[in-house]
Amino acid sequence: MTKTANFTSTTNACKLCKPLGASLAFRGVEGCVPFLHGSQGCATYMRRYIISHFNEPIDIASSSLGEKHAIYGGAANLKLGLKNVTAKYAPQIIGVATTCLTETIGDNVPMILDAYQAEFGGEDAPQVVHVSTPSYTGTHMEGFHAATTALVDQLTRPAVKHDAINLLSGFISTADIRYLQEVCQDFELKTTILPDYSASLDGQALNDYPLIPEGGTPLAAIRTMGGARATIELGATLPDHSAGTLLEQRYQTRLHRTALPIGIRATDAFVELLVTLSGNPVAERYSSARGRLIDAMVDGHKYISGKRAVVFGEEDLVVGLTSFLAEIGIRPVLCASGGHSGKFEQGVNAALEGIDCGLPLVREDVDFFDIEQLAQELEVDLVVGHSKGYAFARRMDIPLIRVGFPIHDRVGGQRILHLGYHGAQLLFDTITNALIAKKQGDSAVGYSYM
Amino acid sequence: MKSASLLDSRERQIHRKGKLPIEIDCNTASLAGAVSQRACVFCGSRVVLYPIADALHLVHGPIGCAVYTWDIRGALSSGPEIHRLSFSTDLQEMDVIFGGEPKLAAALEELIDRHAPKAAFVYSTCIVGLIGDDLEAVCSKISRDKGIPVLPVQSEGFKGNKRAGYEAACNAMARLVGSGDISGISRYSINILGDFNLAGEIWLIRDYFARIGIEVVANITGDGRVADIQRAHGAALNVVQCSGATMELATMMEERYQIPCLRVSYFGVEDMAEALYSVARHFGEPLLLEKAAALVKAELESLLPELGRYQEELRGKKAAIYVGGAFKAFSLVKAFRLIGMDVVMVGSQTGTTRDYEELAEITDDGTIIVDDANPLELVSFIREKEVDLFVGGVKERPIAYKLGVAFCDHNHERKEMLAGFQGMLNFAREVYASVMSPVWQFVPRRAEEGAS
Repeated sequence: MTKTANFTSTTNACKLCKPLGASLAFRGVEGCVPFLHGSQGCATYMRRYIISHFNEPIDIASSSLGEKHAIYGGAANLKLGLKNVTAKYAPQIIGVATTCLTETIGDNVPMILDAYQAEFGGEDAPQVVHVSTPSYTGTHMEGFHAATTALVDQLTRPAVKHDAINLLSGFISTADIRYLQEVCQDFELKTTILPDYSASLDGQALNDYPLIPEGGTPLAAIRTMGGARATIELGATLPDHSAGTLLEQRYQTRLHRTALPIGIRATDAFVELLVTLSGNPVAERYSSARGRLIDAMVDGHKYISGKRAVVFGEEDLVVGLTSFLAEIGIRPVLCASGGHSGKFEQGVNAALEGIDCGLPLVREDVDFFDIEQLAQELEVDLVVGHSKGYAFARRMDIPLIRVGFPIHDRVGGQRILHLGYHGAQLLFDTITNALIAKKQGDSAVGYSYM
Repeated sequence: MKSASLLDSRERQIHRKGKLPIEIDCNTASLAGAVSQRACVFCGSRVVLYPIADALHLVHGPIGCAVYTWDIRGALSSGPEIHRLSFSTDLQEMDVIFGGEPKLAAALEELIDRHAPKAAFVYSTCIVGLIGDDLEAVCSKISRDKGIPVLPVQSEGFKGNKRAGYEAACNAMARLVGSGDISGISRYSINILGDFNLAGEIWLIRDYFARIGIEVVANITGDGRVADIQRAHGAALNVVQCSGATMELATMMEERYQIPCLRVSYFGVEDMAEALYSVARHFGEPLLLEKAAALVKAELESLLPELGRYQEELRGKKAAIYVGGAFKAFSLVKAFRLIGMDVVMVGSQTGTTRDYEELAEITDDGTIIVDDANPLELVSFIREKEVDLFVGGVKERPIAYKLGVAFCDHNHERKEMLAGFQGMLNFAREVYASVMSPVWQFVPRRAEEGAS
């Protein structure tokens, strides 16, 4: 049993739908327009949801199916939509994700696309990548991984062996992606990060509105991922079949899976892997950041020691944050996710190995109604997760540390750095200060010293 | 960098005000691949019914439809807040194969027991329309068992556009109207239709009506209550704003209960004043009109001097408007005129031919009028017209900001009160705060202008 009780209904879901994850992954490919095959609302809703976090335009096209298409099939509109997107955006790639509607009416998208390519394909025509993402199976994370896998599956070609490594970094913030780019550069590792929406979803002020925002993993780099020396795939609850396993099976590209580098031990493991792959020592920038982080943890530990936290969100993110919280002396008492990879509890337990903090309740496939009910019984001091936890944190009068996606009630959500020693330093300061501020605010005296 | 162009098939939905009479295609399906700013039928129903605060709003479908509409409106309640929760049956593959009716029934029972709502709305989504769940049967069974109205909302996403969703919402509400006790209602009484109490606006409007001696029976739907809607047929007049969203209900009440209706808007000084006058005039009671005049005079006396300050600074700045419903566009055109700004582009997602004709009448020559626009078109208009401020919703905001253009949020997510006399001042302040911000001198567009 994974739910707290056998509720049939879902109240305030702690997950999003599959095509949203696919749209985000497609946005991380250079020259790509995400395209949803379904009714108009899906694309518009997801755009609004994504925009409210990133504060960036995101054009997601739609085949805008109407009633007659639901009866007779959506092929004609899918083709028309692709033609219009091609005419208007001149994309290199169109990433087509299906929706509940088109999966249920049984549109055979690969076949429709074959017919489309036969008719309109050509040297200048965009590549069309497709992924099946009905939202009645899985969450936005399954959609994200499925789209990443589809990109690798449908775009890679047998390639000459080359020096670069592949980094399948999962659903992380734009600041996180930029950080990974820097780390790899500092290790002198040529790296293909997929997907890379660090610029396309966190761009600069511009003079003109680009048809497709700059940035993203270049198509040419994706094509030759099979020739890479190795693949690193980040996450502790990854699906058995992923872009990483596909590259390994098809091209024998060695796969290294390691958890998201959140906190000291997970970052150590990631850095060690880079040392091995690059043959280079750890740059001073990172060893000193690690040193400062530990110094800061010592300086601040008494303000947070023994505090009890609820952590919620995507499973991989929760595993990483739980690991870090345990390292700094905060006790994770509830780890919760709307996802249900089946690997969540094992991931959390593995992340806590060697740290004496007791095992938290781990609940997958839960909603915020469940989370709040459990939290009420656990004497919680803080909540770590995205904006949608604000309602219950407010009711419980405890601080919410905003991480992950979506951050809809603060600016700069896309710029939150979670990864590496630098990310851990920021998280540490934010968490510790939130608890100090809570105590200060609640105090009748209000000292200006701690 | 490649820049925006129009798709040929979109040309008939764009008009430039000039010598030629307006001819514009509208109320059509969105073009595939055009990245419409529109949502779907479900969205239309959901936004209209959302503010009914003591009802349960259960979305029957996979999780996305419910989760993207959780707490999205700034619609306040003076009491219960069941409307701020997001309920879903979260259909899974097995439900899709074997049918979602058992899950729907169980979810309804569970949620009604938990929250004791006064009614329940059950929204149908794309998939429910396909798998053929009999919503009507499930709802009427639960309604009998639980003793509250349980109303299906036929809002399958693919069955048209947002407008069809408004209609589905009105059909559901129509089933509530007529079942409440209407004794003791004043003959000077109205229902307020089409205000959603964003940032508390309906409280302000109700206060205005109270001050001139008019009783409000039901708010439809801002700060709405099931029991009020059930006795809405006792009101003497329906006062309809946002006509797209709730006009169907007014029409139905006119046919069924002979309740006449008036179209109004509470945005901008002129329209707000006219709303009060027209209601007072309708009742033909001189005292009401006198009180309305006194109210408008008192409000304007404090408002106009303050507005004047903004007028001076904003005079000659150019505004572009892209909103959901056209009624708001009319008011905004007038509101901008009042603060000295020129409207150079105006469009809506769901306007009708009549709406666009009316827009053509009240705008200046050269103004671009557009139906169901998309990001690239909006960009090309903003650049062509050198717009200083864009009014729209969340989806339009990054378009404006990316190009270094000020922005005012006038959509249902907003948390600022923009209706009524007070709202006009807030509007001017918000426009001023954005247009006059020093940040624009650093954006590339202005930096270049400054250099040349």
